[in-house]
Amino acid sequence: MVSAGAGHTDARALAVVGTERMAGLARGAHRDVVAVVAGAVAAAWVVVGLLGWRVLTPHDPALQNPSDRFARPGVAHWIGADQFGRDVLARVLAGARPVLVVAPLATALAVVVGTAVGLTAAGLGGWFDGVAMRVLDAVTVFPSIIAATLFAALVGRSRLVLILVIAATFVPIVARGVRAATLVECAKPYVEAARLRGEPTWSLLVRELLPNVRATVLVEATSRLGDAVFAAATLSFLGLGEPPGSPEWGATVSENRVWLTLAPWTLLAPALAIASLVVAVALLADALRRRVDAP
Amino acid sequence: MTVGSYLLRRLAAIPLTLLGASLLVFATTVVLPGNVARTILGREASDASVAVLNAQLGLDRPLPAQYLSWLAGFLTGDWGTSATLRAPVRDLVLDRLGASMLVAGLAFVVLVPVALALGLLAGIHHDRWPDRLISGMALGLGATPEFVTGVVLLVVFAATLRWFPVSARPTPGAGPLDMLWHLTLPVVCLVLLCCGYVARHVRASTVAVLASPYVRAARLRGMPVGRLVRTHVLRNATVPATSALGVQLQFLLGGLVVVELLFDYPGIGALLLRSAMDKDLPTLQASAMVLGAAYMLIVLAADLVYRLLDPRLRLGGTW
Repeated sequence: MVSAGAGHTDARALAVVGTERMAGLARGAHRDVVAVVAGAVAAAWVVVGLLGWRVLTPHDPALQNPSDRFARPGVAHWIGADQFGRDVLARVLAGARPVLVVAPLATALAVVVGTAVGLTAAGLGGWFDGVAMRVLDAVTVFPSIIAATLFAALVGRSRLVLILVIAATFVPIVARGVRAATLVECAKPYVEAARLRGEPTWSLLVRELLPNVRATVLVEATSRLGDAVFAAATLSFLGLGEPPGSPEWGATVSENRVWLTLAPWTLLAPALAIASLVVAVALLADALRRRVDAP
Repeated sequence: MTVGSYLLRRLAAIPLTLLGASLLVFATTVVLPGNVARTILGREASDASVAVLNAQLGLDRPLPAQYLSWLAGFLTGDWGTSATLRAPVRDLVLDRLGASMLVAGLAFVVLVPVALALGLLAGIHHDRWPDRLISGMALGLGATPEFVTGVVLLVVFAATLRWFPVSARPTPGAGPLDMLWHLTLPVVCLVLLCCGYVARHVRASTVAVLASPYVRAARLRGMPVGRLVRTHVLRNATVPATSALGVQLQFLLGGLVVVELLFDYPGIGALLLRSAMDKDLPTLQASAMVLGAAYMLIVLAADLVYRLLDPRLRLGGTW
């Protein structure tokens, strides 16, 4: 999120103010701790997504229990029950799966297509570059969430549509990042050498340029993964993602909004689950970007 | 190139981009599955009445003809009538746009000084605890969807403390103070969404400026820190952040959809979503176009401000 090159200015500032060098080392250790904690939180959600709610709670997230309607958090239901007497903890755990399917798939699709477009545009240059960039500009006329709303609402709610919509809005971002990195590489002697020895274009792109922009691709992938979790939860909140009754976090928050004053735990639990996952992924992406940016 | 000709060139590009956008909006809205007349009349309607309504809505004509007549109508201010809300689309959309711009404008007015102050503070205390606290919060809040922060705000300040209302819908006939009271939580929610990103940019450029030779020279001359920040750092560190502000405006506009839905506020984002759900095509097309146009104008304004603030760009040939 911070502009590229911030790492270099950080380094220069440290060299100038010598007394802050120790602080810099302390900061490095502090960042490692943050990255480890963030990684643990993200890994925990992945485990929950893979194993499901069953291993962690005896309650069935779909089981309605009228006598427990709006049960307060306590021994029977650790974080309470919703308007149908369903266990909130079980629903939050079950809600991890949709987001963990949608976000990585959408990210993977966006990164593959975006890298292909960015790499080819910069590597070929000329009219292809011009046309590709103008098309990407046109796609980003609308704020991406509005374009996604338009599309998902009209085409209908399904997991596949959600993945395609999120991927489509991320392709221009990935393509621009990869194109910028490829342009830097194109100016280097090894590319000129490859061109002079008559290496075919596809080989130049895939064998020479791609391995040298892989750091950018990796950083784009992690950053977009955080954004994809954000987008998937938001679109579900808007009622554009999962079918009604799904324990998906965004959908649950939206569904329980009416019980705000009566049973705040039914909204707060899924909201905090989203927050923990998105913040963990964002911190991981930030740690990775710093490592790649560091000289 | 002068400011005037730059402005003219950029303004001239807007209708072209909007034309492209109109094709996009029209294309998305006509490929939708499901018959519009069937949706309006319901499952039990006879085939004959569906055909009549389709003809009334002009949906039986070829697509290019439909597009051209829609575009001509849009340009001449005839935006059609909303079949589901039974109101002229233009009044509805412009009314809602005004309501949304009020919220977005308030959020912007709060966002700029807060983000600048936090970014400068973090940059000046680079790598010490104020920086760590602000940078960490900025990263976390920027990554958190606005409906999540919104729900936390609602639970704490509306449901538990009861300081603010649950709905942002102002009481009819009440004064501006009542309106501000209703809008506080949505505005705070939008500010929290965008503040982190801008603050991180201000921080990064502050750190860079503080490490630059002229600031070092001023420090060695013994200039007091307060004056150093005022005369050397403030402007040089904040100008690059203007472009970050432009990026955040996209977030702000997009965030409107979510915030309006969460806080039950009658804005254009909520209208866009509602009309998309109801397959209310004229309203959907008009609100998407209006939002697109508003977005482009805002981005242009941010670009212009950036260029006016930076004398190097004002004088140089890089317009």
